[in-house]
Amino acid sequence: MRLAPAHTQRLVVAGLWVLAAATVGVLMFIAAFILLRGLPQVTWQFLTDEPHRMGRAGGIFPIIVGTLLVTGLAVLVAAPVGVITAIYLTEYTREGRLTAIIRFGADCLAGIPSIIFGLFGFVFFVITLGMGLSALSGALTLSLMVLPTIIRTSEEAIRAVPASYREVSYGLGSTRWQMVTRVVLRSAMPGIGTGVVLAIGRSISETAAVMLTAGSALRLPRSLLDSSRTLALHFYTLSREGISMSNAYGTAAVLIVAILGINVTAYWLMRRFIGKMG
Amino acid sequence: MKQDRIIHAALTVVALSAIGGLALITAFIFKEGLPLIVKVGAGKFLLSSDWYPTEGKFGIFAMIVGSLAVTAGAMVIGAVFGLGCAIVLTQFCPRRAAGLLKPAIELLAGIPSVVYGFMGVVVLVPLIREHLGGPGLSVLASSIVLGIMVLPTVTSISVDALQAVPRSYWEGSIALGATRWQTTHRVMLRAARSGIVAAFILGMGRAVGETMAVIMVAGNMLDVPTSPLDAVRTLTSNIALEMGYAAGEHRQALFATGVVLFVIIMVLNAVALHVSRRRGERAAA
Amino acid sequence: MSTDALQTAIEAGEARQAAAAAVPAAPGRDKIVVRGFSASFGGAAVLRDVSLQVRSSERLAVIGPARSGKTTFLRSLNRLNDLTPGFSCRGQVLLDGQDVYGADCDVAALRRRIGMVYAVPVPLPWTIHENLSYGLRMAGMRRSGEIDARIEAALRSAFLWEEVKDRLKDLAARLSGGQQQRLCLARALALEPEVLVLDEPCSGLDPISTARIEEALGELKSRYSVVLVTNNTKQAARASDRTAFLLMGELVEIGPTQKLFTAPDDKRTNDYITGHFG
Repeated sequence: MRLAPAHTQRLVVAGLWVLAAATVGVLMFIAAFILLRGLPQVTWQFLTDEPHRMGRAGGIFPIIVGTLLVTGLAVLVAAPVGVITAIYLTEYTREGRLTAIIRFGADCLAGIPSIIFGLFGFVFFVITLGMGLSALSGALTLSLMVLPTIIRTSEEAIRAVPASYREVSYGLGSTRWQMVTRVVLRSAMPGIGTGVVLAIGRSISETAAVMLTAGSALRLPRSLLDSSRTLALHFYTLSREGISMSNAYGTAAVLIVAILGINVTAYWLMRRFIGKMG
Repeated sequence: MKQDRIIHAALTVVALSAIGGLALITAFIFKEGLPLIVKVGAGKFLLSSDWYPTEGKFGIFAMIVGSLAVTAGAMVIGAVFGLGCAIVLTQFCPRRAAGLLKPAIELLAGIPSVVYGFMGVVVLVPLIREHLGGPGLSVLASSIVLGIMVLPTVTSISVDALQAVPRSYWEGSIALGATRWQTTHRVMLRAARSGIVAAFILGMGRAVGETMAVIMVAGNMLDVPTSPLDAVRTLTSNIALEMGYAAGEHRQALFATGVVLFVIIMVLNAVALHVSRRRGERAAA
Repeated sequence: MSTDALQTAIEAGEARQAAAAAVPAAPGRDKIVVRGFSASFGGAAVLRDVSLQVRSSERLAVIGPARSGKTTFLRSLNRLNDLTPGFSCRGQVLLDGQDVYGADCDVAALRRRIGMVYAVPVPLPWTIHENLSYGLRMAGMRRSGEIDARIEAALRSAFLWEEVKDRLKDLAARLSGGQQQRLCLARALALEPEVLVLDEPCSGLDPISTARIEEALGELKSRYSVVLVTNNTKQAARASDRTAFLLMGELVEIGPTQKLFTAPDDKRTNDYITGHFG
């Protein structure tokens, strides 16, 4: 039965809207499911107390600290290194076979399962370098994991800056570094920022690699060489081993709120930046 | 001038270290994993489904099929929903949809995989078990969860591909009297085809690489799955589950699995690159 | 704008031209000496053995059909061609007697001494004030009083001050095409160069803006040397003291504008001016 084009369109559009609604619906469902069960658990006590009895009771304070240590350090290392590498690849080297290979390699590594980074981190940082299961091992492993993503997104943001801007800058007597920092980076900042936010999101959500390198100690880490647990790993452990569903929900709620917060802050920062530059 | 040279040198050092570090990882994985593949024999390693580490038998076929099944299922959902959302965002009522749909998709991308896995276990698995039978922990459950997880990837790359199609194509078609849907599927999708295919392929890469969510809902049985309701183990979950206590040859076998994953991702990326490059050439012609 | 205003602007320009022509151009000293200069991109020759002088306080027009090497010539003066991979050159370009291609030449300083205006106005994506202060800050100027004074002087010389003096904090992208090009002129002037080179600065501008820019160039020549590349022979006839005709990379003829346009020495020059080819 052939329908008139107008009918087909109506059907298809209806179908598409169903898909879109379903997508939004899934998000709402997940968010509501976790937050409704979890937010009530998130009391001041929960946030500041230590876990007791393997997490059956108590709070998640050491885990929050652990997450900050591991994730924070990972991004603190990966962001500057990644942006500098991207600058180097775009502004300081000529486009050729070598840069194409590096780009392909970075794309591949950005897609490699995090578990493989975990493998590497375990053998290299934990064992070979002797750092043991520690926040440092975890952070360094995570930084390697998000480095390719930061390099690629920064590189694309930098390349999007029009060549004419660079020429104008040189024409006005700038050095290459002045041109890169004052013109290119300034214009590429929103794109670079997006990449860094993605990296933060990925680090904070990461479980497998963290499990293998940072360990899962419940004590408050006193230094970077102490093992520590992250929110995502804690949630996984609590729920999978049935230790405490209510605490699991609470942990998940904190995690989701944190991610939401990071995304919103980043969005707001980008808005301000772009607003400044029109 | 001198200052410029110092800066150049400093940048070079940092960049080469970063690139070197990443190359090191690649070399490392291959170094640890290849010898075992060579020892066991590539054919046996890839095609045998006997995985008995304690007896020195390392065949990952069951897990390859597991990964393939789960990924294929994920792509059915991911492609349909992902492309559908991309079409809604770019072709039909973009402004109205964008306000709600775009942030929704970005947030979906931000949800940790363990939360997805958890939702799968708590909501999806019981549903499947009650209404469709089987243990619930299954290829089907994994496919649905993974499909939702790759949706944002497919959508964002497809949106890029569709937005890159010149507006004149759309206007030309409408001017000839075609409806919006006709224009979309005969003109826009056709023109954006290589970008969309690249989106699918990269979505596949994402699905193949997912670990935690799959561990939670796939059931982790070591048999080759014969129906979507069977429990299954993927390449990634195998590594995660056994790494903690593997030693010696066993550990090497897990690295070897990593090598296989690495190669799969490389192939997928190369294909995606080739596909999107062809679009560039055709557009330029 | 009304045709009256257009008429007035053109008449004013013509009057100035007449006044300048009435006084025989005093032979200024040579500001730039080009000797046997050849340039090529990736092996393909673009300029062949060009020799000419640019005197101080004069406007030199460079005319010729497309692909004759005019732009390459201009960009060779401030070494902007260095940015293009595959560029190589032979011969000398002397600025005040010093070879700009010499080993000890400070390229950034060179580009401040030779200010460039491009065919398409490229305002940087910032405010008007930032566009103008950029070159000054890179040259090391710090005091905002000094910077503001230079900016005002430059805008006045470019005949843009009155129009933008109250909105220096506005985005430069909001200006009209003609205003943007005058902004680019002011941007170059702010650095107080010694030579001003312009590459078809009025292509794509309306007649009023064109007249304004030509007027500005007329006033500027007393302080700078001006090299003006133009596809528009009528503009060259209006707005220059001497004219050089480039054809396929060769300097065919150079001489006082009046003479070149009325009684050229070379048949090829005559053919081009009369429109037999172009």
